[in-house]
Amino acid sequence: MQQEKYVLSIEDLTVSFDGFKAVDNLSLYVLENNIHVIIGPNGAGKTTVLDLICGKTKSTSGSIDFKGEELTKLKEHQIVHRGVGRKFQNPSIYEDLSVFENLELSFPRGRTVWGALTFKCDKQVTSRIEEVADMIFLRELLHTPADVLSHGQKQWLEIGMLLIQDPDLLMLDEPVAGMSVSERQKTAELLQKITKNRSVLVIEHDMQFVEKIADRVTVMHQGKILSEGSIKKVKSDPKVIEVYLGH
Amino acid sequence: MFNFYRLFSKQKQLQYVLLAVIILIILPLSMDIFRLNLIGKYLSFAFVALGLVLAWGYGGILSLGQGIFFGIGGYGMAMFLKLEASSVENTAIQSTPGIPDFMDWNQITSLPWFWEPFQNLGFTILAILIVPAIFAYIIGVAMFKRRVGGVYFAIITQAIASILTILIIGQQGYTGGVNGITDLRTLLGWDIRTDSAKYVFYYLNAGLLFVCLFISAFILKSKFGRLLVAMREREDRVRFSGYDVSNFKIFIFCLAATFSAIGGAMFTLQVGFMSPSLIGVVPSIEMIIFCAVGGRLSILGAVYGCLLVNLAKTNLSESFPTLWLFAMGSLFIGIVMKFPEGLAGIIQQYIQPAIKRYIDNKHVKEDDKTLEQFETEKGV
Repeated sequence: MQQEKYVLSIEDLTVSFDGFKAVDNLSLYVLENNIHVIIGPNGAGKTTVLDLICGKTKSTSGSIDFKGEELTKLKEHQIVHRGVGRKFQNPSIYEDLSVFENLELSFPRGRTVWGALTFKCDKQVTSRIEEVADMIFLRELLHTPADVLSHGQKQWLEIGMLLIQDPDLLMLDEPVAGMSVSERQKTAELLQKITKNRSVLVIEHDMQFVEKIADRVTVMHQGKILSEGSIKKVKSDPKVIEVYLGH
Repeated sequence: MFNFYRLFSKQKQLQYVLLAVIILIILPLSMDIFRLNLIGKYLSFAFVALGLVLAWGYGGILSLGQGIFFGIGGYGMAMFLKLEASSVENTAIQSTPGIPDFMDWNQITSLPWFWEPFQNLGFTILAILIVPAIFAYIIGVAMFKRRVGGVYFAIITQAIASILTILIIGQQGYTGGVNGITDLRTLLGWDIRTDSAKYVFYYLNAGLLFVCLFISAFILKSKFGRLLVAMREREDRVRFSGYDVSNFKIFIFCLAATFSAIGGAMFTLQVGFMSPSLIGVVPSIEMIIFCAVGGRLSILGAVYGCLLVNLAKTNLSESFPTLWLFAMGSLFIGIVMKFPEGLAGIIQQYIQPAIKRYIDNKHVKEDDKTLEQFETEKGV
């Protein structure tokens, strides 16, 4: 195990909301170039873990180490600059703007006030946008307003908005929820394609989908880790069957 | 530095030309200087409305205290003019000659320290541009860095406007109190009460307004403009795309403040006084109405909104003084409920397609029937 490198190490992480511990003394390690899936029943604290990593929620105690840097002290945009991208549960895109503009705003340049005023959409930017649009199956729809996209396409667009930043760690909160079977298939292919040079941390309920993509699975329950390991090991764990998978 | 023509599409260029023709040619030719001076006054409010289009319409920052900044600009200019009007010869009958009359009435015997630098026109102009931005920066940092937004921000700005009014009225000896600063006469020895001066100020006002319009158009055209829209819709997504959202809000709020202050200074020059009745809660809300009526997503709409609402106000309030406030209130409610994008939205939605249809129809009659057939087939 030790010869593999961790990109993210969470140690003894706790957050309590008015005494309720949504995440309780959690330790979690994400390997480089790995798809790591977190599963668990509702209210297990899965989304809260992602919120803690990306800085949306501040931890009560514990540490989150990302490539040798402590994230708990940084602000949201600084965490993004370090190379962490986060997709929200409901597609979170700019519906008044076109697909192209959505991707353009996510391009990692001109992120200061002055930078945004003087930003020029040059060759480098357009070719990168087209490249990402190809990956997320939206090449033909670049100049469509984002609000007319289907639910699945919106999910892909948001994934694309993260990809264009080329993050080292990509966090996806239920990326296939509400997708059709064929869209799920395409999303699984997409995830396998983009994980070549980065780690992906996914929350998902759809066990078939999890089996298709996961390198490693963590099962959470009541803010704690119930079981961890390969999908095979987790599926045969009696504790997991008891609280989550059912008999 | 940047290509002027690339800033606007053909259609936009026409719209700017139309506004310029109306303001610079048609209005001055069609009315006497008394009426034109009133129009100039309305146009000084357009600076505030323009700032609100950027901050509120695009950025989603509803400030109910833009009167604060209008007031800072207006008072800055008034202080300079008042000092010039209070020369020792002019005020020889006072117990302390050489200070503004209201100070003398309030037993103040020397010019307060913060009035001193306003003897210099250069300082005054700089102060008009910079002080409101600094003030807006302080408010912005205090609010936006703590993620105060929406209705809380609106209430806090309104409270600040209210506090400022009370402060000005209470400190009569330093500010002229409830009467404001009146009896302004000359600018560097040049009488500002003459008709020719009023023409000069009218055109200066119009010129500055166009400069501010171009600055706004440039910002909205840049990535900053798209970010404002994105922030209004999904602030979190922008934040998690690596932007420090609060900096963008602070910048646009400061810019809106500076615009308002320019308007305030132009108001003082054209109307000849400044008083707390122009900077409190009610005028601040009126500014929102100008902006909403014109269309909060249209920088040109803001100018038309100011002109139309103020013309209606002047005419209606002369004949029905009590009714006017109700009319204004219902106008605002009606616009927000029925036409959230104001006049500009109505034009975009109804009038522009009608013109287009008219032009298309002409084509049909001139060329064969092919287009018409095509349209019926498509079911247009």
